[in-house]
Amino acid sequence: MAFSIEVNHVKHTVDVDGDMPLLWVLRDELNLKGSKFGCGAGLCGACTVHLDGHAVRSCIMPISAVGNAAVATIEGMADHAVGKKLQAAWLELDVPQCGYCQAGQIMSATDLLGKNPHPTDADIDAAMAGNVCRCCSYTRIRAGIKKAALSRSTSAR
Amino acid sequence: MRPMFAKRTRAEADAAPDALVSRRVFLKAGAAVGGGLLLHAVLPPAVRGAMAAPAEAGSLNAFIRIAPDNVVWIMSKNPEIGQGIKTMLPMVIAEELDADWSDVRITQAPLDQARFGRQFAGGSMATPLNYDPLRRVGAAGRQMLVTAAARQWGVPVAECTTGSGAVAHAKSGRSARYGELAAAAAKLPVPDLASVTLKDPKTFKIIGRRIPGVDNPKIVTGQPLFGIDVDVPGMLYAVFEKCPVFGGKLKSANIDALKALPGVRDAFIVRASEANPGGDPQGVADGVAIVATRWWLASKARAKLEATWDEGPVAAQSSAGFAAKAKELAKGEPDSYLRRDGDVTGTLKAAAHRVEASYAYPFLSHLDLEPQNCTAHFHDGKITFWAPTQNPGPGAKLVAATLGISERDITVNMTRVGGGFGRRLRNDFMAEAAWISKQVGAPVKLLWNRQDDMRHDFYRPAGFHFFRAGLDNDGKLIAFADHFVTVGRRGTPADSANMDPNEFPAQLVADLEYGQSVIGSGVPTGPMRAPRSNALGFAFQSFIDELAHHAGRDPVDFRLALLGEPRVLVNSTGRPNALRDFDTGRMAAVLRKVADVSGWRDRAALPPRSGKGVAFYFSHLGYFAEVVQASVAISGDVKIDHVWVVADVGSQIVNPSGAEQQVQGAALDGIGQALGQAVTIDRGRVVEANFDAVLPLRINQAPPVEVQFLATDHPPTGLGEPGLPPVIPALCNAIFAATGKRIRTLPIDAAMLKA
Ligand code: FES
Ligand code: FES
Repeated sequence: MAFSIEVNHVKHTVDVDGDMPLLWVLRDELNLKGSKFGCGAGLCGACTVHLDGHAVRSCIMPISAVGNAAVATIEGMADHAVGKKLQAAWLELDVPQCGYCQAGQIMSATDLLGKNPHPTDADIDAAMAGNVCRCCSYTRIRAGIKKAALSRSTSAR
Repeated sequence: MRPMFAKRTRAEADAAPDALVSRRVFLKAGAAVGGGLLLHAVLPPAVRGAMAAPAEAGSLNAFIRIAPDNVVWIMSKNPEIGQGIKTMLPMVIAEELDADWSDVRITQAPLDQARFGRQFAGGSMATPLNYDPLRRVGAAGRQMLVTAAARQWGVPVAECTTGSGAVAHAKSGRSARYGELAAAAAKLPVPDLASVTLKDPKTFKIIGRRIPGVDNPKIVTGQPLFGIDVDVPGMLYAVFEKCPVFGGKLKSANIDALKALPGVRDAFIVRASEANPGGDPQGVADGVAIVATRWWLASKARAKLEATWDEGPVAAQSSAGFAAKAKELAKGEPDSYLRRDGDVTGTLKAAAHRVEASYAYPFLSHLDLEPQNCTAHFHDGKITFWAPTQNPGPGAKLVAATLGISERDITVNMTRVGGGFGRRLRNDFMAEAAWISKQVGAPVKLLWNRQDDMRHDFYRPAGFHFFRAGLDNDGKLIAFADHFVTVGRRGTPADSANMDPNEFPAQLVADLEYGQSVIGSGVPTGPMRAPRSNALGFAFQSFIDELAHHAGRDPVDFRLALLGEPRVLVNSTGRPNALRDFDTGRMAAVLRKVADVSGWRDRAALPPRSGKGVAFYFSHLGYFAEVVQASVAISGDVKIDHVWVVADVGSQIVNPSGAEQQVQGAALDGIGQALGQAVTIDRGRVVEANFDAVLPLRINQAPPVEVQFLATDHPPTGLGEPGLPPVIPALCNAIFAATGKRIRTLPIDAAMLKA
């Protein structure tokens, strides 16, 4: 069945079963490999993307449920006001270890900072606990979010 | 182009045993196609292969290529699994070359051990094996560039200096970038690596600098890098279902029904008797392969698979059964003794205090976040891989045996790896992908799901320790015994399920014995980050803490007394081996330091149900002492407040940013294992299937980890592993300090800690 979806401001039509998770549509139909497969069950956050600006786990989101919502992925974050700040902070602080979880981390962090520009440690814990980093780069993920938050407020001034 | 060999220095010879390394480096130089200098360096044991290899110049496999545009290309020879090697080893070369780091570009080498020496990520061995040889390679390149400049200018070599990728002659005011000199340098003989001048570490500009990972820009923008991201034209996707019981055989499967499902191109039975006649534990097992146009479609078809299995003898085994058997074995004499010093029985009888305790830890899965996967293309009797492996060499060997082809017909491209932790030292996924690609005659990406990954691992082995110890009236440890019950086959411990007879406190207590008994097990096991040490550290350093408590001594002071005077305890073979010889002085130094930085002496001021615990461990050439501060809620929930790590890994940290990451990651990894990880065997199969049952550490559980390195006079050593072992006992000892309850079984049972 044909579905049309908008990903990173580009419209696509894909001919797939309605139960195909958005993750696999992105990765194997649209060749956007940035969103990762970790658990397939909403437990690790490696597949996190945005639906109308809200972080969702694309591995358990069937394409049929996406509807007209705008999808944003890590590949689109360089053009995202908050996402690019986080990317810059990630580079500056050398956050990644293996790097496999980091697309999902940045997507969740972008959602967090979009809603809460100055998160406390507890806010970060609550928003980011769904994103596993098996390499445990958590100290720097936390620092990266804080750095990006700070650079947002300075640039706004 | 005369090959040169660098001699081993004493310090290097100490750093690793001959079995692991021969320090001779083979270097040759040549001109690059289109100009520039090529340097090929080969780090043995592959020396002989390299000398037989053709000395062509324009090859892509050059270790270093200095291009006319000044760009310095460096091959990263080892797999990158998140340990930072792709950044770190090139830093070592670039430093001695005196290149400008911003001119350096790094490419991932394919598998070619004749050219690159051993290519693997394991044992925290990259630094000890490569640090000195790669410095010499860089220095040789620099010397050739300087010589080329001096000749061109007609000035003495000694008057030329280098910096930021250029040679300068101050007297005449001349200078030239490396790119301009490369062609001339390529015509010069290669200097003797043994006598090249190395920099004074005080003048290092790249080594010792915090340099971010070279792949970071791609990682944060989501560009394809990992094995799972590989896309080959015409590629099909495969899933492979194996018997849930280890060693089970397939009886039947509804292959025809599967073949009719949407997107399915092929479905077939795989027999170990054909694909793995030698019965290699890492080789292909019985199962059903489903190949489809999309992975999702292959997975959907798999849900319709109806297979029947002959589960075989392992179906009678379980974790509970192993634990019961261990208890029973502990009542009798051990099967054998790893070590028997003095008279433990007599001394125990006479001791003022006797302490007994038993410890147990479970099987663990590696939980690589990127599930096992591999892309393979078999065609015309040859095969090409794009493989996220830590250990491509043995992978190629395994595939050669699986397909009955020569290793020469196997090409392995190494992708970035989304987590290794030792899992990808085993290459079962390569053998499976190879077999499936050959069957379907197309490039195939095999991808496991999380359940496959958790249920078909080479697990950290479960184990049991039954300790007895005696203290005299002054609280001195006078007798120590462990009956170690492990898993294995026919009396031999399974892979990574063994114990070293030199385990601490061997040689520090005159009356000491380590007995061993082996429970028969069919559960596949293998190395996991700090193999053996990750479990032994918990058992031994927790029991030592119990002894300190019984002796009425401060846990740091008790350990310092046990370590005694600074000296090297040579391992029981009597032949020095830095991997196994224990330097009590280095350990005492990190222990003292961690007590200092953690505020150990002020811990009485902590609130109720909070405590600090300490532990140390020596592994992978690194000396680590760690303090954990934890608080235990009335509910029994454990919160880790802070971790302090002090490490001695020798004279030089190559990349402080990566080094800190490795140590923080290792410490947090251990905390995650202690808090929520166990793989349970029931009826010969793994019960847990996903991250809701085996719990990876999450950000809300992750404390700050403060890391300090003590620089000492020893050769630099690795960091991926040795930070892990002490953190678990330090945490358990902190829980004891907070609650008076001793954790003797992992993972930590919060119910036991309720107020
Ligand atoms: S892959 Fe989607 S949450 Fe793990
Ligand atoms: S960096 Fe490896 S999983 Fe996060």
